[in-house]
This record gives sequence, structure tokens and C-alpha cells, in this order.
Amino acid sequence: MNPAPSVILFTVFSGAGFGFLAFLGAGLVDASGWAAFGLWFLGYALAVGGLLASVFHLGNPRRSMRAFSQWRTSWLSREAWAAVATLTLLAPVALSDWMGFNWPRSWGLLAAALCLATVGTTSMIYTQLKTVPRWHHWITPVSFAVFALAGGAVLSGDGRWTAAMLVVLGIVLPALWQIGDGRFAAVGVGIGSATGLGAIGKVTVFEQPHTSPNYLMREMIYVVGRKHAARLRVLAYGLAVVAPLAVVLVLPGGPARVALAALLHLTGVLAARWLFFAQAEHVVGLYYGQR
Amino acid sequence: MTCLPAHTDKKLGLAIDLDTCVGCQACVSACKGWNDQGYGASLSDQNPYGANPSGTFLNRVHSYQVAPDEGAVQTIAFPRSCLHCDDAPCVTVCPTGASYKRAEDGIVLVNEDACIGCGLCAWACPYGARELDAAAGVMKKCTLCVDRIYNENLPEVDRVPACVRSCPTGARHFGDFADPESNVSRLSRERGGVALMPEMGTAPTNRYLPPRRKDTLAAPALAPLGDFMATGLAGWLDRILGGR
Amino acid sequence: MNQPSIDTSPAVSDEMRQTTCYMCACRCGINVHLKSGRVSYIEGNRKHPVNRGVLCAKGASGIMQVTAPSRLQMPLRRVGPRGSGAFEEISWDEALNLAVSWMKPLRETAPEKLAFFTGRDQSQALTSWWAQAFGTPNYAAHGGFCSVNMAAGGIYTIGGAFWEFGQPDWDRTKLFVLFGVAEDHDSNPIKIGLGKLKARGARVVGVNPIRSGYNAIADDWFGITPGTDGLLILALVHCLFEAGKIDLDYLARFTNAPLLLDATEGPGKGLFLRNADGVPLVIDRQTGAPAPWNGKGVEPDLGATWQGARTVFQHMAERYLSPKYAPEAVAERCGIAADRIRALAAELARVAFDEAIEIAQLWTDFRGVQHQKMPGRPVSFHAMRGISAHSNGFQTARALHLLQIILGAVETPGSYRLKPPYPKPADAHPVPHFTAVPGKPLAGPHLGYVRSPEQLALKPDGTPARIDKAFSWENPLSAHGLMHMVIANAYAGDPYRIDTLFLYMANMAWNSSMNTARVMEMLTDKGEDGEYVIPRIIYSDAYASEMVAYADLILPDTTYLERHDCIGLLDRPISEPDAAGDSIRWPVIEPDRDVRGFQSVLLDLGARLALPGMVAEDGSPKYRDYADYIVNHQRRPGVGSLIGWRGADGTKEGRGEPNLNQLARYIENGSFYQAHIPEEAQFYKPWNAAYQVWAVKIGLYDTPQPYLFALWSEPLRRFQLAAEGHGPAQPPEHLRAQLRLAMDPLPIWYAPFGEAGAGEYPVHALTQRPMDMYHSWGSQNAWLRQIRGRNFLYLPTKIWAAQGFCEGDYARVTSPSGEIVAPVAHMPALNENTVWTWNAIGKRKAAWALDDGASEAKEGFLLNHLISELQPAQADGHRRANSDPVTGQAAWFDLRVRIERVGPRDHAEPVFPPLPRVVPKGRTRA
Ligand SMILES: Nc1nc2c(c(=O)[nH]1)N[C@H]1C(S)=C(S)[C@@H](COP(=O)(O)OP(=O)(O)OC[C@H]3O[C@@H](n4cnc5c(=O)[nH]c(N)nc54)[C@H](O)[C@@H]3O)O[C@H]1N2
Ligand SMILES: Nc1nc2c(c(=O)[nH]1)N[C@H]1C(S)=C(S)[C@@H](COP(=O)(O)OP(=O)(O)OC[C@H]3O[C@@H](n4cnc5c(=O)[nH]c(N)nc54)[C@H](O)[C@@H]3O)O[C@H]1N2
Ligand code: SF4
Ligand code: SF4
Ligand code: SF4
Ligand code: SF4
Ligand code: SF4
Ligand SMILES: [Mo]
Repeated sequence: MNPAPSVILFTVFSGAGFGFLAFLGAGLVDASGWAAFGLWFLGYALAVGGLLASVFHLGNPRRSMRAFSQWRTSWLSREAWAAVATLTLLAPVALSDWMGFNWPRSWGLLAAALCLATVGTTSMIYTQLKTVPRWHHWITPVSFAVFALAGGAVLSGDGRWTAAMLVVLGIVLPALWQIGDGRFAAVGVGIGSATGLGAIGKVTVFEQPHTSPNYLMREMIYVVGRKHAARLRVLAYGLAVVAPLAVVLVLPGGPARVALAALLHLTGVLAARWLFFAQAEHVVGLYYGQR
Repeated sequence: MTCLPAHTDKKLGLAIDLDTCVGCQACVSACKGWNDQGYGASLSDQNPYGANPSGTFLNRVHSYQVAPDEGAVQTIAFPRSCLHCDDAPCVTVCPTGASYKRAEDGIVLVNEDACIGCGLCAWACPYGARELDAAAGVMKKCTLCVDRIYNENLPEVDRVPACVRSCPTGARHFGDFADPESNVSRLSRERGGVALMPEMGTAPTNRYLPPRRKDTLAAPALAPLGDFMATGLAGWLDRILGGR
Repeated sequence: MNQPSIDTSPAVSDEMRQTTCYMCACRCGINVHLKSGRVSYIEGNRKHPVNRGVLCAKGASGIMQVTAPSRLQMPLRRVGPRGSGAFEEISWDEALNLAVSWMKPLRETAPEKLAFFTGRDQSQALTSWWAQAFGTPNYAAHGGFCSVNMAAGGIYTIGGAFWEFGQPDWDRTKLFVLFGVAEDHDSNPIKIGLGKLKARGARVVGVNPIRSGYNAIADDWFGITPGTDGLLILALVHCLFEAGKIDLDYLARFTNAPLLLDATEGPGKGLFLRNADGVPLVIDRQTGAPAPWNGKGVEPDLGATWQGARTVFQHMAERYLSPKYAPEAVAERCGIAADRIRALAAELARVAFDEAIEIAQLWTDFRGVQHQKMPGRPVSFHAMRGISAHSNGFQTARALHLLQIILGAVETPGSYRLKPPYPKPADAHPVPHFTAVPGKPLAGPHLGYVRSPEQLALKPDGTPARIDKAFSWENPLSAHGLMHMVIANAYAGDPYRIDTLFLYMANMAWNSSMNTARVMEMLTDKGEDGEYVIPRIIYSDAYASEMVAYADLILPDTTYLERHDCIGLLDRPISEPDAAGDSIRWPVIEPDRDVRGFQSVLLDLGARLALPGMVAEDGSPKYRDYADYIVNHQRRPGVGSLIGWRGADGTKEGRGEPNLNQLARYIENGSFYQAHIPEEAQFYKPWNAAYQVWAVKIGLYDTPQPYLFALWSEPLRRFQLAAEGHGPAQPPEHLRAQLRLAMDPLPIWYAPFGEAGAGEYPVHALTQRPMDMYHSWGSQNAWLRQIRGRNFLYLPTKIWAAQGFCEGDYARVTSPSGEIVAPVAHMPALNENTVWTWNAIGKRKAAWALDDGASEAKEGFLLNHLISELQPAQADGHRRANSDPVTGQAAWFDLRVRIERVGPRDHAEPVFPPLPRVVPKGRTRA
């Protein structure tokens, strides 16, 4: 799939944003007053900014409100609802933290759960797609949740949570890759079943249907060199997991550590997410003899 | 509208005969021509005279080479457009309800006024049947020429999709798969019509009629009239003209 | 849940106008829809006999053709050096006066110094008439580089040809064999026909080195080695003779197989024995005595011998029973296993004889014999350039007709049927006229069918009279001229120099020339006097093609929806086997630029030059424009451009005075007319008395013309006799051997001339027509160029694997005369010694209003750079033309090459500088 910047930014930042908001909502971050305002603002900014980025992906952003209408079947619609509901539900918690109202935390815990649910809806947009076998697996929502929580933890500044979540991510990320790599074969689709010609013999492409590129090829067919991908995975793992973990373990706490760890981590997540899209093979590529 | 209808009265679709399709691309142009001025936004072309032209088409014709275990490799042209699936994932993923499947005839359409151009339906379609128009920002797909097949401004015979009407070899057949006696149902039955990528669980309506078996001519050699080398021309003439 | 309600009955358009497509020469009927006066949609006309409502990819994209930014806007005159693109816009009056100022002195002094050659237009009736009136011998259309081998091979044998002049009996045939066709002129009819066969489950066999398109859907594929079809066909003939599976009745009655051949040594040897009236003789089986072939009730004897003279049939048997035509003897050269050949022969015999059909239809033949039935042989063939574009194509076409004939499979139900004005034997065609007399028209038509050496177009000194050397000893039966030789000959001054080259609708500076780069030089080279070697070039095109840059005067044409055209029986009509038909185009939209229909321009020029037939008594123009000419011009009294609605009141068919309302009647009827052949006359036409009567009535000819199929060709034998030293007209020494070989009166096979280079250049290189592009025109079409905007050289597995080719690679392709570098792709369904590409996709940079970086010009390429108009020198130093020695047909497909992998590249070579633009680059589409 085309690793479109808007979608990568959207999923990474809104994921980290909701993860962080979950931490804030659950009260796992110690802050009050203007410091709290700043942190909540950061959480909201990431979440909303991510959502806005996704709007840039639309052909017709002016009509985006219509996306709320199909919650019964559409994960994208559900995501829209979940995001709005979550952000709304979190507002009093944020207000309480900022203003020091000390309203009951249970509300915040509920909102935190909703944050994760929102991330879940986002992940389901991808997971539901049978057409992209790499994504169509429980590891996708798991990984999205872990990414969000790791991001939230890193941003929370809490060393123990950070370390713990990064370790989890350190396990999930290779699993995501490992499982993902085998998915296309596991689903068993091929050019033979795509064309129905497999019964006759081995099918290959003679000529493409058009010599100039089209939407489908731009959107669904993206080829990453094997070596390139392997190197990027190492980089992504190093940045998203190893480096922030080292930072947290080695450096003393404080805003600088949070900033550095977050910067490293989010850069790594961007790389990992780029790979998540770029390496995802849509079955339509079969028609073009490409995956 | 993204819930799929529990039942459609008709299942309109195409049976495409791969034994007959010569890959001439006529259906591609015909589709472009009709839909450029028909249902919804026109099918735009970016950079039409430039280095990298790119436009919206609702029908594309591929070609493949197939190597049987024995015998010569075959070439097969393969038109690809929307299969108007029964379990159309493109419909259920749509966040706006713009994508829907018509209850009366099963045609899958995009209500362009509601489409936000998120592209998700195209992601959900295994068959590459949807293209986002770069100028209009809305999703385009085969409409099964819904603005032809019921069009009272057209003579009855012409109430078929533009691609079907144009196909010079008659490789494209339009009809109702819900009716077991329809042309398409019959053809599909007789010729072993194939549904593409059943693994995807889309339950496509369209069927592809597979190519017939090739390169089977193996008649035994003709029996000679006699031994020409032995009898020479005269003997041969005698035998062939003798009875006259 | 409520669905949106949609309008399922929108109005299709404000208005629909019916005319004839010209995205290619197939001439389909179209419905052009208009919204607010602009073309909004084009579809096929269901009632039209050619396409029955269907349309091809090009036709359905016509809207992009009439709005293309490449359309020329105004007449242009060259102001800078030729080829520099420095033009100024001038008015039509200036343009026409300039042309007249060039042409008039030529007509008065040396009309042959004007050479007028036209491309694949459909106005040859007009253009040839004009050239005849001008008095130049130098006129032809594109047939010489196209498929004259098929036309001539057919006319000299069956009095009709493949091409679009006949077609299989699609509704009845049970076995259809297709030789060397990717698309052909009958684009839609062939597809419709194949569709019918497939629907009926009839068997389709494809003989073609490449398995794509029609050959891809064929039930059986014979991946033949290029240039060996004649051998394969004669092996099939051998098998049929060997087994006696031949239609003796048919041969005896309807072919010259029973004619007696003079066996006495001397100038008459191998010619028919004739009676005192000059009528060839057969032996009548009833009397055992000689009788004229067409004598009433005569029953010709195939096996007769009379005073040492044997029948053609015996000569045939002797030749084709020879073991050198046995499948086992030819298999290796053809690349097809002997048992496959035998199986095909057996299947042909089985279907022709065991599955014979008949139509219960009474008919009478030319000998007065009544037949109760029309027996039919449901095997049919079609062939085109895969056979014809080789230097042995004429004889191969004849061989295929021979195969058809021995199966009784021409003009019988279920087999191959001709379309009026065919059948029409060579003898009913004119002979060439070529004597230029200053200020006078030519005595008759330029082109024709030569019967004997005396009719060659030679000057008294024996040198060619025509600039293209048509009808010379090098290519005696060049019935369509040799357009591909005009520029090279004019440049070389061989046989003489010309002054003005007048071209219409032919992209001679690019895809229609051999050795394209050299041709561009020839067009711009100057002599020692500082003048261009070809002093003046006038060109009519509708678009900014590659050729436009090389003209001195450009006459911009209309597009096909903006003009009148006539597709009539004097030219290339739209007949069907059971109806004569013709059609028109008319301006369904008005041009939005200062352009004029070329035919009207030609008539205007003719009037300004005061050419006979084009001016009235008082010297004023006789015809207002082409539309006026179509209606009012008469070739012979009562016979004109169109056959429909003739006579003052429009009630006459075929013959009749002009009808002023004729075009309106055509338009009402969808722009076409059909004159149906009576039931009893629909088959066996050459011999069917009722058909002959009908043909005379319609005006196809003036007296009945029954004839016999010419298995043995006397015209050919006469040339062979000359080569053997007989007769007054004698060929030059260096051509004797070639003539003896190629002018064999019975079909033969010889290796194509390209074979000479086989050692160093082991690979055959071919082109195919893409179904969705027409030569160079399609690339300016915004839709079509997205489908096919570049081409690849397809390599068979053998070459692909041996050199370790990968996707993205390029190859250097070298022929005896040139070299290109081109992108490659792998194609296993291909003869293992053949490579190929799509024809004419490669474009010159900046042509056709495309961006300089367009893929057509960057990665796209032509094979033409590798093809030379001359063969490498022979032992005696002569360079023979790269043409068929009989007809002069360009041997495009004799090309031999060598392939070397050069790895990944990003553009093809050679690279030419961008063409100067005569129209601005296209931006958005209409
Ligand atoms: N390598 C290779 N070369 C080949 C062949 C091959 O098989 N292989 N095939 C050969 C054959 S068979 C042929 S027929 C030739 C064809 O060669 P051409 O006849 O040169 O073919 P086109 O490219 O169609 O060029 C026709 C020209 O007519 C112009 N034109 C189009 N419409 C109109 C119109 O309405 N009015 C006027 N005035 N001009 C118009 C076009 O712009 C174009 O410049 O190519 C030959 N060249
Ligand atoms: N769409 C479209 N239609 C066209 C044209 C076009 O440009 N585009 N051009 C028109 C013109 S001008 C012409 S002349 C006709 C030509 O129409 P075709 O006769 O179909 O011409 P080509 O495409 O050149 O195809 C030649 C075929 O012969 C095969 N071939 C080559 N050598 C051999 C051989 O030795 N033996 C056998 N058996 N096969 C061989 C090639 O593989 C190819 O399939 O098409 C006309 N129709
Ligand atoms: S083919 Fe694709 S677009 Fe059409 S109904 Fe099926 S899933 Fe939807
Ligand atoms: S692109 Fe349009 S039709 Fe497709 S899912 Fe998005 S809103 Fe629905
Ligand atoms: S049915 Fe209509 S919209 Fe669909 S592919 Fe055919 S022409 Fe195009
Ligand atoms: S128009 Fe018919 S024959 Fe041509 S590509 Fe389409 S389906 Fe195939
Ligand atoms: S075959 Fe196509 S381009 Fe040619 S006349 Fe017919 S519709 Fe037009
Ligand atoms: Mo041609």
C-alpha cells in the first residue's frame, strides 16, 4: 500500500495522542494546573492533529462530517464516533486536572478505556481488510494498542511504565513483522485465483492493461526492496524500542529525557508505520503481477 | 446505507467469456466514453498529453500468459471491472453511506454527493474495481450502466451496458444471475463460470467463462491413395480419377 | 433503509447524427451524439452492415480525436530551412495559389515531375482521377507498402482477395484458419465473426509466430517460423493430394485445372492451348475432344492428355506430390512438427468433405448447367500481412488460394466469400497507363493488372517510367505502386528527378518509411546547387504528425466528423458477401479552425489548374466542393460515386442519373446504402449466371464476366518465358534468375530474401497492429495513449533465458542496416526465434502536440530504423529492393536481427532532437 504521509502521521500521532490521553485520563501522570494543561494540550494536539492529517487523505474533505453516519458497519465511522466521544468524555477530566477540581477519577478511567477503544477502531480499519492479508490478523489491533500505550508511556515521563511498555513493544513489533510476512501465503490467494486461470497452469502477466500508472497502482501497489525493508526494520526497532529504553534507563528523569525518548520513539514508530503500509500487499497487485 | 440488503430481487451482472475476448480494449473506451458524460462526475484525465498521463477508467483489460503442464503457453485477455458482489466489502466499510448495494437489482453504486473520497472502499475491494477520480475527489466505479439499462430514452435493445453493446466479439454478456434461466446463468452453467478470488468472501455476481481447452487438434494422418513413389503420377491419376 | 433515488433515464443527448467512423479504415457506422452542438458521445450504429452496432477501442475514443490539441489550424508555408519548423500561417487563397504556381509549369512541361502519393485514405477514386487528369504517371496509394501481395495474389488467382474484399462465411463455417493476422482492415467484422464462431463452438486455428489477440483465442496455435507459411501450406496441399482429398468436381468446373498446357518447346510453352478464337481449351469428357472452356454444357476432363499437352491438374499433381513438400521435409524449416501438419490436413479434409453442407438453392452456371443445390465446404481461411509482408508473399498468397480451391472452399457455402465488386478477374481490370504528355491527361488509370511483359510501365529505353519503378522488371505486377520507394528513388534521381512531391495522409518521415533516419536526411538534403534534392513537398495532414515538419506547404485537413467522404464501389466499399454497399461521411460538426477537407481542396486545385473534368465549359470550377462531386460526377454514364438512390427521383440502384438529394437520402439511412444480391446469386458468384446479370445491372461491369480460378497463372508464365529468353520484351540480365524463380505459374515457396543474413542475424523481428491504436494517429488521443503509451520488444524464452534478461532491461537490436536500443519484456507464447513489438507506438519527440518527455518518444521505439528499402548487396554487386519480386510489396517482416542485453536504461535509442512544434503542446483535454 502507498505509505501516504497523511495516513502515517494520522495513525502515529493520533495513536500516541490517545495513548497519552489514556495515561492522563487514568491519572498516571502527575501534574496539575498549567503543567496539566500543557500535557493535556499535547495529548489533544496529537490526537486531533492526527485526525486532521487523516482528513487530508480525503478527496472531498468538506464532506467529512458525513463520515459519522455509518457506525453500524463502518470502522472508519466508528472511529470518528469513538474519537469524538473519547475527546468529549476526556474534557471534564482535563478540566478537572487543570483547574484542580479533583472530580472522580473513575470517569477518567472510563475515558482512558475509550482512548484504547478509539485506537482499536483505528486499527480495525486496517484489520478488517481481507484484501490486505498482512493487516487482516489480530496482531494488528494488538500492535496498535501497544504502540499507543508505549507512546503514551514515553510521553507520560513515567520511567517504569515506559520501560515496561517498551519491553512489550519490543516483543510485539517482531511478532507483527513475523506474522505479517507470512500472511499473504497463509491466505492462499494468488494470481491463479485472482484470474480464475490457475486451473489451466501457471499464470504470469503478459502486458499491463495500461502503460501509464493509475490510482490503483499508486494507492495499492508499493514495492519495497527486501534489503531496504530489513534495514528499516532494524532502524525502526532501534529507535522505537531500544534507544528510548536506553534513554529512560540511563538518563535521569525530567522533561529533557521525556522529550528525547519521545522524539526517538516516535521517529521509530513512524518508520515502523511506514513499513506497515509500504510492506502491506493488497491482493489487487496480483492482477498486475506485483505484490 | 452501508448495510447490505438482505436480499436483492435481481442479481444483475456480467458473464465475461475469456474464450472469446481478444483483448481489444473496446469495452474500456466504450465505458470511458459513456461514463465520462453519464452517471456522476466525468472521468477526468490528468496530464493527458504529458509525460505521465493518468485518468479514471472503470474497466481495464489485462492480459496473461498461462503455462499448462503440457503444451504451448497460452495468452489470455482478461477484462476487469466491478463484479457487483453480494457480500460487497466496499459497501460495508464506507463511512458515509455513499457506497451502497441496490436492493432491487444488486448493483453496487457510489452516491457521489455523499462520498468524501476516503478511498477505503477501494482498499476493501479485492478486484481493483474502484478508482478515485483525481479531479472530482470522489470514488468512481462501474455502475453496470444503471443509466442505460433502464433508460427509456434508449431503444429496448440498447438497454445494456455500454461495454456489452460495444464488445465486437460478443464476449460480454449482461443479465440476471438470480434467474437460473437467464442468458448469463445458462452460460455460466454450461461453461463452468468462475467466481474470482472466492477466498475473499465477497460472493461476486459476475462470472468469468474460462477458456476452452487449447491445442487439441490431433486427427490421425490421412490415408494415402497409394504409394505415389511406386506408381508415379499415372498411377495416382488413375486412382483419383478412375471413378469418374 | 432508503437508497438514494437516481435518474435511470437521463436524456442521452440533444441530437444524434449518423456518419462513418474514420479512426481507421474499417469504415464502421457511428451514432455521434451532440450536446449543445458539441460531440458528447459516440457509439456504433446497430443497423450498419460493417459493425452491427459494435465499436472498437479507437472508434469509441473518437471524441478525443476530434478535440485533439494536435489538430492543424491553418495552411502553413515553410519560411526557414526544411525540417526547422519555421512556418508562417497563410490564407487558403495564398496556399492554393502557391501550389498552383508550382504545379502548373510542371503540367505544361513535364507532368511526371509531380509525384502524388496518398496514404490509407478512402478517396482513391478521386485522387487517382485527379492525378490522371494532371497527366503524371506518378500516382499511387499506400497499397505497395501495405498488402499488395494479398491483393495481387488474390486477383490473379481467384479474382478477389483477402484484405477486406472477402470474408469467411461466418454463419456456416466450421473450421477457420487464420494466417498472419493481428487485426486487419476489417477490424470489427473479423471480431464479430470470431465471436460467432466461438458462440457456435466452431474451431479456430491460428497460424502465427505470436500468440496474442485473435491467435490467443484460437483453439489451436501453430507458432510458425516467419516467412515459411508457403511451405506449410504446400505441405498441406501435398497431404491432400496424397490422400486424394480434393474437390475434383469443383476443380473441373470452376478452375483452370482442366485447361491444356502447350508442351512444345518455344515461346508458347506453358501457355494454354487455344482455339482459333483464342479461347483456351479443355477436353470435354462427353466427347473426349477439345472444347472451349466456357462452351455450353462442356464437362472438362482433369486427367486428359491431348497431343502431348497435359492439363494444369497433372502439372499440379506432379509438383505437389513431390516428397519435397511432405510434412516431414518442411517441418524443421516451418518450426512445426510433421504430425501437427498432417493433423491439420486431416482436419481440413474431414470438415470439408465429411461435414459438407448444402443450401437448397437452384442456380445456373455460365455453361448453362442447372444445379439443384449449392454444396458447401465449411472450411475457411483468412490471411493478411503476416503472409504478404515477406518477399515471398505473393506466391504464398497464391499457395493459400490454391489450398482453398482444392478444398472447394471459395464462394461456396461455409467457406470464403467475396464481396462486390469482387469477384472480378485480373483480365477485367485495366492495365497500367504511364505515358506523360505535357498538358494532357494520362490516357487511362495508373494502376492495373499486367498480363504480359509488353504491358510494363517502361520507357522506350527500357528504364522505368514511374518514379517508384512500379510495373518494371524488378516488380512487374506491382498493382498498387511502391509508395515506400518514392522518396528514396526521387532522392537518388533513379530513374529520374522530380520537382514536387505531393503527399496526402502518410507519415513518410516516420512510421511508414523504412530506414526512417535516412529518409529524414533525404527530405532535407540539398544538392550541389544549394537546392533541396527533392525540391518541393506539399503535404496534407490533419494533425501535427512527424511528416508535417518536412513539408514546404501544408494543407490542413478536417477531421473525420467535419467533412464529406465517399466510400464507394469505385474504391474500397463497404460491401458484404450478399450485398454491395457504400457509405458516406458528412460534416456532423463544423470545423472550429481554418481547415478544409482535402478532397474539396483537390477539386479546387484541379479547377485552378483547369484540369479536364474539373472545369465547366466557361472555365469555372465544375464542382463546388467534394459533396457536389460525390453527387454529380459520373465515371461512365449513369455510374458515379455512390450506388444508392440514383436517378433524378432517387429510385434507381447502381446505375442512374445523378440525384441532387442523394446525400440527404444517405444521411437519413445512417449514411450507407446496400444493394442486396438475389438469393440464387449469393454463392458461386464467378460462375453464377444470375450473379453476373445482377453485377451488370448494378454497374460493377458492363458485360457478364464469368471466369475460371487461375491455379496456373498465364501472366506469370509469360514473364517466366521472357526470363527464359522468349519474346521481344527482355528483362535485364541480373533479374533473369529472380524472375524465373518468382514468376512460377504454379504457387511455390522460396526462402524470403532476408534469409541471406540468417547466420549473423539469426532472429526474426516482427511488428503487430495493436487493436487499440491506428498507426501513428492514436498517440494524440488522451484515452488511448493511457492504454498503450509505450512499447516493449517481446523476447521468447530461449533468448530471454540465454542472455539472463530481467524486467527493466533493454536490448541492443542490430540488423544488417541499423541498430536500436529498446526495452524488452518476456513472452513465452512466441516462436522461439522471433521477437516483436507493437507497430508505430514510438513517436518523435514533440510530435502530435505531446510533451517532449512523453513515454511514446522516450521509451517508445520503432523497428523501422532497422529496415532498409534495399537488401544488402548480392554477389554481383546489385542491391535488390527489400520487396517482393513480383509485386514490389515492402518486405517489412523479412527483418533479421541480433539481440544483445544491455541492462537497465531509461530511454530507447536512437534519440532524435524534438520536432519543431507547429501547434502548441496539449495541456488539458476537452
Ligand atoms: N515497421 C513497420 N512499419 C510499417 C508497417 C509495419 O507493419 N511495420 N506497416 C506499414 C503499413 S501496412 C502501412 S499502411 C503504413 C501506414 O503508414 P501511414 O499511412 O503513414 O500511417 P499513419 O501513421 O496512419 O499516417 C497517416 C497520416 O495521416 C494523417 N491523418 C490522419 N487522419 C487524417 C485526415 O483525416 N486527413 C489527413 N489529410 N491526414 C490524416 C495522420 O496524422 C498521419 O500523419 O505503415 C507501414 N509501416
Ligand atoms: N487497430 C488497427 N487496425 C489496423 C491498423 C492499425 O494500425 N491499427 N492498420 C491497418 C493496416 S494499414 C493494415 S495493412 C492492416 C494489417 O493488419 P494485419 O495483417 O493484421 O497486420 P499486422 O498487425 O502487421 O499483423 C501481421 C501479423 O502477421 C504475423 N506474422 C508476421 N510474419 C508472419 C509469418 O511469416 N507468418 C505468419 N503466419 N504470420 C506472420 C504477425 O505476428 C502479426 O500477427 O491492419 C489495418 N487495421
Ligand atoms: S468488485 Fe469491488 S467494488 Fe465491486 S462490489 Fe465487489 S468489492 Fe465492491
Ligand atoms: S471513498 Fe467514498 S464511497 Fe468510498 S468509502 Fe470513502 S466515502 Fe465511501
Ligand atoms: S457496465 Fe458500464 S460502467 Fe460497468 S464496465 Fe461496463 S460500461 Fe463500464
Ligand atoms: S470489448 Fe470484448 S473482446 Fe474487446 S477486450 Fe472487451 S471484452 Fe474483450
Ligand atoms: S474498426 Fe474502430 S476505428 Fe475502425 S472504423 Fe470501426 S470503429 Fe472506427
Ligand atoms: Mo497497411
